[in-house]
Amino acid sequence: MLNIASSLKSYFTPSYSWVPSSNTKQDDSIYSKQFAGKLLLRQEIPLDDPTLNELLHNNLFTTLDSIEKYIWGHRCRRCGNKKKHLFANIPCARCNHTHLYCRKCIEMGRVLECEPLYYWTGSSPTWLEQEEPCGWSGELTRHQQVASDRIKEMMIKGNSELLCWAVCGAGKTEMLFDGISAAIKLGKRVCLATPRADVVRELLPRFRIAFPNTEIEALYGGSEEKQGAAQLIIATTHQLLRFAHAFDVMIIDEIDAFPFHADSSLPFAAKRAVKPSAATIYLTATPRKQQKRRIEAKTLPTVFVPVRFHGHPLPIPKLQMSFTLNKSLNANLPPTSFMKWYQHYRINPNRQLLIFVAKIELAEPLVESLISLHIASGKDEITSVHAADPDREIKVQQFREQKLKLLVTTTILERGVTFPSVDVVVFDAGHQVFDEAALVQIAGRAGRSPDDPTGEVIFYHSGKTDAMVEAVHSIIRMNRKGRRL
Amino acid sequence: MYCLWCDEEILVEVNWTNFLLPDRPKQLCEACEKSLQRIEGAICKLCGRPSDVEVCMDCERWENDAGWKGVLTFNRSVFQYNSRMKEMIARWKYRGDYALLEAFRETIIKTFNQTFVQVRKDTILVPIPLSEERLFERGFNQAEALANLTGLPCENRLSRIHTEKQSKKTRSDRLATTNPFKIETKIDRPVILIDDIYTTGITLRHAASLLKKHGCPKVYSFTLVR
Repeated sequence: MLNIASSLKSYFTPSYSWVPSSNTKQDDSIYSKQFAGKLLLRQEIPLDDPTLNELLHNNLFTTLDSIEKYIWGHRCRRCGNKKKHLFANIPCARCNHTHLYCRKCIEMGRVLECEPLYYWTGSSPTWLEQEEPCGWSGELTRHQQVASDRIKEMMIKGNSELLCWAVCGAGKTEMLFDGISAAIKLGKRVCLATPRADVVRELLPRFRIAFPNTEIEALYGGSEEKQGAAQLIIATTHQLLRFAHAFDVMIIDEIDAFPFHADSSLPFAAKRAVKPSAATIYLTATPRKQQKRRIEAKTLPTVFVPVRFHGHPLPIPKLQMSFTLNKSLNANLPPTSFMKWYQHYRINPNRQLLIFVAKIELAEPLVESLISLHIASGKDEITSVHAADPDREIKVQQFREQKLKLLVTTTILERGVTFPSVDVVVFDAGHQVFDEAALVQIAGRAGRSPDDPTGEVIFYHSGKTDAMVEAVHSIIRMNRKGRRL
Repeated sequence: MYCLWCDEEILVEVNWTNFLLPDRPKQLCEACEKSLQRIEGAICKLCGRPSDVEVCMDCERWENDAGWKGVLTFNRSVFQYNSRMKEMIARWKYRGDYALLEAFRETIIKTFNQTFVQVRKDTILVPIPLSEERLFERGFNQAEALANLTGLPCENRLSRIHTEKQSKKTRSDRLATTNPFKIETKIDRPVILIDDIYTTGITLRHAASLLKKHGCPKVYSFTLVR
């Protein structure tokens, strides 16, 4: 009876008790650096059979069942999948039996039921001892300092969680440096995970400069480095599928971003990747319901940074009703009120303009019609980007360098990008892709630079939605909080 | 049901027809189904690719070569090799997502039966084999999985010597390779070779020429994509 109850419980809330406790003995062998905290498939271990067998024989590697069995289903231990339709049978030529494999995490190599996962149970790695790991010498604002101190305290203490709710453009990365520095001094292993690969690529050089003597590695699909053998790892959350009880400090950036909040594998992997005694820090500008509920119930310690690093309030979006919006957009034309604003009422026509649309199909034709309406003179002033665009990075770079005047984009540019001086408009802000978080993030693109700390944000809609109203409220609330401090 | 490719839930609209006579459960959602292109209409009568002329350029080259002339009676394929198909084959074959084959099951069976209605009676299916190393790596032989769908007797009469992957080579590299197959037992009945992809046709022709050398009267081939 007790057995069934405990297996029921572990089916609904995953337990990671199957991960062997790590060896407290330390040495600096190559293997311990390369394999400590990893949960690997056979083909991910670059060793030949005799070498691996010897390591297994000496209990330096331990094998673990790859798929948990319950009377009513299964769970993949690597990705946490327990959906029936994402398991399938394969007549396996390796073991000559028909058995399960996991379809969910197959892009990272196939998990077969007949093959174990390998976990390093040899000694733990040692890292370079450093007096002062951090080479960053910038200054923090008062608000950043408060958050930075809380984060540092948490990282040293461990064993807890902290949500850092910082507005778009608060300077989140700088607030982490002090804490990470303290953690590295104590010989802790740190991971900074984010759902998006372009953020990893952007963060890596900044951390390399800030921590010149620390081993840092960036992991994402298609990255050059794949070892994951460094003390400080900057990775996409997908890469955490290959880790278990590896990190003393875990920082998850943009927890509310796609795909982290939509794919249950990623929180599963993130929880497994940290040691039981770890400190976990979540960073976000727009927490989801789940986190807000925990903040209100006071079960998730939170620190606010309601002011941008330059001290100016966030631009508040204007909601602009346009009765003929759908008609205009169906004809691939901008709303009439946008034309009026653009030609007569724009406060600073020298700014660049970022136009958000709901659908990919609208982006390209809208560029054409904006040119024919003489908003832009030609293709050298305006272009469009979307997720599947192969030239996406080049185009964004051109816009950042102010070579383009206008950019039409889907929600892919809603976060993570900084342009110095832009106005932002959203066409059809009532569309379901623009939820509250997306709208707050979009509004947060404006007024990022201290030289031009304001910017106009206009949501064109054909009927207010809760998301729009909530987004405006939450921005106003943050500004009020910022004034009070 | 969930789409085997994109994992979207497939919702079937209930009308009187399928209320009384339920449809076969769909394996792909409508959007994914549409992104696949079946080979229909005018085709090259030898290799089975969509073509306006009776015999395409590629096949003309094969037939003009005395060494290869008539080795393969004809090839027929089910789908065109478009970008979506490339992605699907990559996940099915290289990632090893065995269940993805179910998405093609019905179409494969239909095309196979239509094509080989006259010859299927006393032919034997022979899937193109994998080398032992490759079979261990993949966990299954994709050609054998295809052959098993048709329900005809299927026999492994060939074996393969381990070489580099075909897909890593260029066309001229592929044509220059030596025959990687060995025959295990002779066949004196017509054969339909089964493989996943017909690209240059060299693999199938290597297998076909070997079978013919050992007394097989006629060799056809059937692949998933062309």
